Amino acid sequence: MQIYLPIAEVSVNAFLLLGLGGMVGVLSGMFGVGGGFLMTPLLFFIGIPPAVAVATEANQIVASSFSGVLAHVRRKSVDFRMGTVLLIGGLIGAALGVQLFNTLKAMGQVDLLVRLCYVIFLGIIGGLMFVESLNAILKTRSGKPPARKRHNWIHNLPFKMKFRTSGLYISIIPPLIVGVLVGILAAIMGVGGGFIMVPAMIYLLGMPTKVVVGTSLFQIIFVTGFTTLLHATTNFTVDVVLAVLLLVGGVIGAQIGTRIGAKLPAEQLRILLAGMVLLVCGKLAFDLLVMPSELYSLGAAGGH
Amino acid sequence: MTRLLCLLLMFALPVQAEEVVAGLSQDSIQITTNFDGSEILIFGAVKRSAALPAGPPLEVIITVEGPSAPITIRRKDKRFGIWVNNAAVEVDEAPSYYAVATSAPWADVVLDTEDLRHSISIDRAIRAVGLDREDGGTFIEALIRIKESQDAYLNAFGTVEVNEETLFKTTIKLPANLTEGDYTARFFITRGGNVLDVHETSIDVRKVGMEQFLFNLSRQQPLIYGLMSLAIAIFAGWAASAVFRYIRF
Repeated sequence: MQIYLPIAEVSVNAFLLLGLGGMVGVLSGMFGVGGGFLMTPLLFFIGIPPAVAVATEANQIVASSFSGVLAHVRRKSVDFRMGTVLLIGGLIGAALGVQLFNTLKAMGQVDLLVRLCYVIFLGIIGGLMFVESLNAILKTRSGKPPARKRHNWIHNLPFKMKFRTSGLYISIIPPLIVGVLVGILAAIMGVGGGFIMVPAMIYLLGMPTKVVVGTSLFQIIFVTGFTTLLHATTNFTVDVVLAVLLLVGGVIGAQIGTRIGAKLPAEQLRILLAGMVLLVCGKLAFDLLVMPSELYSLGAAGGH
Repeated sequence: MTRLLCLLLMFALPVQAEEVVAGLSQDSIQITTNFDGSEILIFGAVKRSAALPAGPPLEVIITVEGPSAPITIRRKDKRFGIWVNNAAVEVDEAPSYYAVATSAPWADVVLDTEDLRHSISIDRAIRAVGLDREDGGTFIEALIRIKESQDAYLNAFGTVEVNEETLFKTTIKLPANLTEGDYTARFFITRGGNVLDVHETSIDVRKVGMEQFLFNLSRQQPLIYGLMSLAIAIFAGWAASAVFRYIRF
């Protein structure tokens, strides 16, 4: 069944979009990532104009994250206090990111920079997570108890705060910085930033994996909601019909995903996420390195 | 006397012996939610004040053109081991859609000079003032190649049926991803490559119903539109969660 999208001005198969939404929704619920880093390139691939794909994806992430976070709230695996601190940083970052995005757009190389960002961030994070979770799995297999987290420099910073749900007593400076960085990336790359947020919370802030997912989703709702509004009011690129098609699949997928996620051991969850991140990274790197079949590309004039 | 004859001839020549009268199966296209492309039947006839002239046969060219916009064509080059956008060319006006249907192979229907004057072929319909055709030629070729692969540009040579050098008809397919705007259909009749008459008519391509409502809302009330999108997202997220909880417990 073909549906004409009013803002994107293309006609697409409704079932294809429902399926894509559902698939990415499952991953979203399992790992606490918005799924934008997977969905945005997929939308490019089926012919949605990039500007519309990025903006609409932000809107869809709001829905899947909200659906996911409700399931986590019931299981009490959301650290609202930590989420709020991250969120404050996130909103500052998103506002900065939109400015940066416009500057890059004027320079005409925004596409390349976004791709490079993806490859570098996905590569580093995916690689680190993969090695770490593999080690953790090997350790549990060999029967040794997992080593307790050591205190590092992060624990010596001022403005300490108690995060009871996470069982942490740390300074609010690291979460704020993480929030700002993720906010910037969310605005530039059209993603919720979960794939950066989740590892940052685990490895930099030392939060327990089970709490991380819900907390990440909680803050993603607000950052992507803010991004949606910015795109809708400045670029007019949010396609609500596309968003509805994606999110119907997405919210259902997210519910299934959270249930799968709750059943899997934390290490396996992390190694799966790492594998997926590396896969996307590899695909993007491949596209940059191999000669494209079409060397030319069209764009609206004026560096848009 | 000879001068007078020449003068008379000069005045006599522009009087058209053959005129084109044309019609479309529809002069407006409505883009609805389930819009899946459209096919328009284009037909017409040649009106004559004199008998059928001898000489080369009558040929018909029909073009359909979508609204134009400036466009940037970028070429990727290998820099530091990766493929990046390097050179770029800006075209002043490129139609969003362009179709050319003819009654015979291109070389038989129109002369190059006539093509240049009336901008009939796709290549001529793309207006790139100041662009060096030598240098920019590959960019224009790329533009046409990409647009053709999207079914946005098409050459349909030999698809116009002409009967008795008087009646003609063809169908032109409009793709599903059509841009809104005023489309123009042009009819040319030629003999021996010379254009005898031109007729122009417009096709109104508009979004209707929900498509139109959402599009207008997004442009005129972007904040309300954005908030509506968010509200839908939040509601859908909550609904899915509620439904699943109901199923579980």
